[in-house]
Amino acid sequence: MGQPVDWQPNASLATLQKRAQLLQNIRAFFADRAVLEVDTPALSQFSVAAAQLHPVIAQLNDQHFYLQTSPEYAMKRLLAAGSGSIYQLGKAFRDGERGRLHNPEFMMLEWYRVDWSLTQLLDEVCALLQSCAQTPALTQADYGQLFEQHVGLNPHTATLEQLQQAAAQLLGKIDTDLLRADLQALLFNHHVEPTLGQDAPIAVMHFPEEQAELARLIQPANQPYLIAERAEIYWQGIELANGYQELTSADELQSRWQQRQQEFPHPHPDWPTRQDPRLLAALNHGLPDCAGIALGVDRLLMLMLGETQVDRVVSFAMERA
Amino acid sequence: MAQYSTNEFRPGLKVMLDGDPCSIMENEFVKPGKGQAFNRVRLRNLKTGRVWERTFKSGEALMGADVVDVDMQYLYSDGEFWHFMNQKSFEQYVAGESAVAENIKWLKEEDTCIVTLYNGMPLSVTPPNFVELEIIETDPGIRGDTATGGTKPATLSTGAVVNVPLFLNKGEVIRVDTRTGQYGSRAKT
Repeated sequence: MGQPVDWQPNASLATLQKRAQLLQNIRAFFADRAVLEVDTPALSQFSVAAAQLHPVIAQLNDQHFYLQTSPEYAMKRLLAAGSGSIYQLGKAFRDGERGRLHNPEFMMLEWYRVDWSLTQLLDEVCALLQSCAQTPALTQADYGQLFEQHVGLNPHTATLEQLQQAAAQLLGKIDTDLLRADLQALLFNHHVEPTLGQDAPIAVMHFPEEQAELARLIQPANQPYLIAERAEIYWQGIELANGYQELTSADELQSRWQQRQQEFPHPHPDWPTRQDPRLLAALNHGLPDCAGIALGVDRLLMLMLGETQVDRVVSFAMERA
Repeated sequence: MAQYSTNEFRPGLKVMLDGDPCSIMENEFVKPGKGQAFNRVRLRNLKTGRVWERTFKSGEALMGADVVDVDMQYLYSDGEFWHFMNQKSFEQYVAGESAVAENIKWLKEEDTCIVTLYNGMPLSVTPPNFVELEIIETDPGIRGDTATGGTKPATLSTGAVVNVPLFLNKGEVIRVDTRTGQYGSRAKT
């Protein structure tokens, strides 16, 4: 007898039935609200240009394609083409992300609401979670207030040195390679996240400017700094979804891309270095005002079923794929 | 020694941190959807036994530590050092007090222990999970009292003191769990 081969699924058949039910309920939720289902390419010539997202590279003839880290760019091109509100339920891929809460291939639900504010979209997230996952109603909190309460610093105004000092307790040293955004996220992840959403899912709002990604920036009254109209949903201490009041300005998009490029000059020779010209052209044509959000479906199911690893809710996790 | 990157950190892997050999206990990958990936790692400092929690940027690497566990027979103590022998190579090793530490009280000559070597020198000694030791001092046994469940302290041949049932007497050999320090049973003769 040789080594036993682990051919069996990671999830039980009962879990796979619940997974099928959840996907069906999500589709019914959007069908009821007349949101159009789309399925954009998983393989694309460009990829989301974030240094922290590592696309899986696929070789087609002599050309590199990328498995999508999220369908964001393609969906925004559909919005610019006049699709109206759309959703997508499909696989996204992120190289190197493996752990209790990460499988490199995962199910993402992403949707956009045209002419909606982020607040309106959060009401819909609340309705979705209540009807598809039977959660209590979504609550809200302010990023800056949570950060001050648990870390003891104002994330918007703290100096780089103050953030480095606070992070040094976790890292055992001062790491000068980490950017403000990295330090904020590190401290938030360690000190704040585990406390969030214990009784009900919670939307954390108003991120620091450095973490705006593709969210619109606004100037709060009587404050010298900008905040991002970005929301992260947490449940039981786990990040579940990330939403924006979408940035629609092509000029602003380009300047954020350029800044990113300066911060991370060349992450990896095979990763996309050029920004996706088709997204830029779409924004130049005109992206309608909209709010959008992406939610990790595997994690949602994991929490619904009281599991502690995403592997327990997927048919075959990476090692058995 | 090889370098190990955070994605190779597995429980039991021995690495160097702040100049001390450490054993990895847990490694959790932490990454916000947008943002830098980190690994939250729990390590046991093999010199002090203390548990450290540290966070590393994913992809950071640590030097492996030259630490191996070897089965060795405990030979004797000369009062200052404890002498062990590798039963395969018959090579002898000398452990100092900091290596045997509180396990001194479980070391019985000829028992097989795990000696953890760091750069070829004994760093720590783990006794067998169960040892059989003679009672050299205890209050006289209460004959027939096997039911009340009462206990009394007994001093064993190595100096260890454990609570034993009332019916046991000086000169008897008992089996003790070295992980908890608790009496298990009379030794089978």
